[in-house]
Amino acid sequence: MGSKIITFVLGGREVEVMVKPMTTLQAVLRYQLGYTAVKEGCRQGGCGSCTVLVEGEPMMSCLLPVEDVAGMHVTTLEAITPADGLDRVQQAFLEHGAFQCGYCTPGMIVVSKALLGHNPRPTRQEIVDAFAGNICRCTGYEPIIAAVEGAARASASKAAQPG
Amino acid sequence: MAKLRGTGMSAVNYPTGMNLGGDPSQALIHATTSGSFVVSLSATDLGQGLRTVIGQIAAEALGVRMEDVVIDTADTDTGPHDMGTFASRATHRVGNAVMAAAQEAREALLDVAEDELEAARSDLEFDGQGNILVRGAPDRSLKVADIAAAAQFKYGKTIAGRGVYMKPRSPVDPETGAMDPDSTEAHACTVAEVEVDTETGEVTVLSIRSAYEVGRQINPALVKGQIVGGAWMGMSHALYETTAPYYPDPDHNPKDFSEYLMPGAYEMPEIDCVVLEYPSSNGPYGVKGVGEMTANAPIPAIVNAIYHATGLRIDELPVTPELILRGLDAKERAASVASAADTTATTGS
Ligand code: FES
Ligand code: FES
Repeated sequence: MGSKIITFVLGGREVEVMVKPMTTLQAVLRYQLGYTAVKEGCRQGGCGSCTVLVEGEPMMSCLLPVEDVAGMHVTTLEAITPADGLDRVQQAFLEHGAFQCGYCTPGMIVVSKALLGHNPRPTRQEIVDAFAGNICRCTGYEPIIAAVEGAARASASKAAQPG
Repeated sequence: MAKLRGTGMSAVNYPTGMNLGGDPSQALIHATTSGSFVVSLSATDLGQGLRTVIGQIAAEALGVRMEDVVIDTADTDTGPHDMGTFASRATHRVGNAVMAAAQEAREALLDVAEDELEAARSDLEFDGQGNILVRGAPDRSLKVADIAAAAQFKYGKTIAGRGVYMKPRSPVDPETGAMDPDSTEAHACTVAEVEVDTETGEVTVLSIRSAYEVGRQINPALVKGQIVGGAWMGMSHALYETTAPYYPDPDHNPKDFSEYLMPGAYEMPEIDCVVLEYPSSNGPYGVKGVGEMTANAPIPAIVNAIYHATGLRIDELPVTPELILRGLDAKERAASVASAADTTATTGS
């Protein structure tokens, strides 16, 4: 089968790519578009390092043919990072030492963003459940869980401030 | 069928550096014209935070701010030699090399500062904020950056330093076995609590609590990161990970993350640690190595906790549910043979 042109919205901007059938979203993001925050730990759905948001839901981009996201909104860590400074989840990861080598971090932050988007005050169990598909080889998870709890607290106290 | 709980303990002495020594690390430092100091190394930061810790050591030893230090590592084609990041050696070895290089670079800087500030060497001091001051004359100070620029453009000098650290290789006495194996030792004591399900053979780790004595902590947050991450690795090694279940036959090696098991966030026990600091005599600012040992101490603690819970002395890793169930079966069989023997003995008399 010949190549196809697929259009989707990446970090708010419409992009158009030419792909062979069954090319993964991961391959397109990393190798065609240079979005290298999308990691490639296993290419078979086993590690979560390639997680991106599709219409706000965390998905492993290594398992998604890019045709499947035609017309949809895709968000990678690049789009979560503000032009200036850090997102509050990134800030919390920094404060809690929630990464060492950093390989799992883009996936972990993307998953955390989605979780906090749906559930601003998650319980510890809900956080742990959210990370069911993400492997970290370095941190022992504890600092990552603490970072998500910290980010939730930070936004709760911000919301409580007058004005 | 029951869930049995047990508590186990382990204690670890952990040597810093390659066994018997003979493992050099080199560092080169030079000032750029803008007054930042480039520290060239070949040691690798694996995520443990070597660049951060070495940046701290370099800034402290040079007397400048950490943001004025650039750590350039680890291109082994162009960098000074380093034996590598292993044996919990990097902070100790590389840190010592960096301190030596910093000393030389600092002297070169002070040579120029003497001329630029028209002051005696003994009156010059670093404020740690990127300035050199003349003691007792607060209005006479210069930025390190300006001195570095003057060195290069006015005096035609470099501001640079070389450093190496090597514990000489210790020969082993063939008669007595006497040797000097390491530079310093860090220590740990770990207590693990487990619950063993006698129906499924599964072991759940409930907590891993440790005390670590690691010499001076250059960066306590990174030390804690090593300890918490190491607890996970140790637990994984104790109960999950294996590269070759039928070693040495490679046919059944795990091939991907669905076969190569590791605990996830869900399996993490409560992890707690206290850190004690007894500075070493030969590490930079008294450091010892805290790396590998953090993954070692949990393993015997967990295996001992399983023994406490079940009475099974297991001497293979990882402790799989299969090992537990086979062990429990064997124990039960041995008990029924023994009680049958008792009965025979009683009726026979
Ligand atoms: S690369 Fe997609 S899950 Fe590992
Ligand atoms: S920080 Fe290294 S894998 Fe998570």
